[in-house]
Amino acid sequence: MMHMIQHIFIEQSLVAAFAFVGVVMWVSLIISKRLTMGRIHGSAIAIVMGLGLAYVGGLVTGGQKGIADMPVFAGIGLLGGAMLRDFAIVATAFEVDVVEARKAGMLGVFALVIGTVLPFIIGAAAAVAFGYSDAVSITTIGAGAITYIVGPVTGAALGASSTVIALAIATGVLKAVLIMVTTPMLARFVGLDNPRSAMAFGGLMGTVSGVAGGLAATDPKLVPYGALTATFHTGIGCLVGPSILYLAVRAITG
Amino acid sequence: MTIFGVALLSICTLIGVFLGDVLGLLLGVKANVGGVGLAMMLLIAARVWLQKSGALSHGVKLGVEFWGTMYIPIVVAMASQQNVVAALRGGPLVLVTAIGTVIACFGATALIGRIGRERPSDVHDEAEVERGGEIISGDLVPDAPGKKA
Repeated sequence: MMHMIQHIFIEQSLVAAFAFVGVVMWVSLIISKRLTMGRIHGSAIAIVMGLGLAYVGGLVTGGQKGIADMPVFAGIGLLGGAMLRDFAIVATAFEVDVVEARKAGMLGVFALVIGTVLPFIIGAAAAVAFGYSDAVSITTIGAGAITYIVGPVTGAALGASSTVIALAIATGVLKAVLIMVTTPMLARFVGLDNPRSAMAFGGLMGTVSGVAGGLAATDPKLVPYGALTATFHTGIGCLVGPSILYLAVRAITG
Repeated sequence: MTIFGVALLSICTLIGVFLGDVLGLLLGVKANVGGVGLAMMLLIAARVWLQKSGALSHGVKLGVEFWGTMYIPIVVAMASQQNVVAALRGGPLVLVTAIGTVIACFGATALIGRIGRERPSDVHDEAEVERGGEIISGDLVPDAPGKKA
């Protein structure tokens, strides 16, 4: 009996994922309404539940893809994977107020520059503080603070050790997770309540998954504006990480 | 027809990602440079163009907006497959860097978000932005009475 159900989940993986996420959303909405009186957004609870399940999945399977590493939940990997995630992000652009986005365009570009350099400096400084002295390792860890894709791309380009690359990935993933969880709590304090600040936020935070999750849990109407700038972040990071930023670090470390 | 909307969304995504790859190649980067952002701009342009030529039919909107309403469930699925174990086991260097970065970037968001904010009303069309939010949060049936006709 159990085996048959398991078989259906594996065979109908994407369909099972729809049902699974639907249940998670439903439970989250009930928790939001009953336990927090609607003060905490249902989506915020759903995302935190997702992260919790990912932690459990990671512990149980020892894999890297959270709950999606369990064969019965493999469909989650497809539903939440880069392909459908990007597809849904593009779809949100349909709701963009063109005038609004154009007005904040330059601000977004400015935010992208700061959002690349600032995390890099912090990551590089932390690497030095923890005893790394070679330019390649410092640059790779700094790049990991930009996003979890920039870290390994930069590390691979510069020939960093696999330990350092793993650290860079972990830094980027933790950054994304922290952004998902903390954005709804901090949104009010940083004035994140309009398309302008959402574009600045997207450019500064970068990491598409962090911004996608953080804004969804805060205020869905801000999603397309934040996503518009955030999606340029990884590309720009991969551009300047192994080049300009590496040269700058090498010039300083000698 | 609904498939026209889904197809429009797909075509914009494919072209955008392709342009992002080309841009990456031209810049000598081993990554896609802003493909999704470019796709978003294409879709915005397509919407404006369809609206002007009066071809923005119910089906086209339904096809695109359905995927907009699926955004949050997809993000929940995305959260469920993050490598949370590795992120939390990374040790002090990972912890310090990630927390420091997030705090600094929130601070910068507060500062940059205020630049040039002197206009009395920042939002150009409140109702339109609100309706967008309702679609993305999955609370609005596509094509329900809203600002965007």
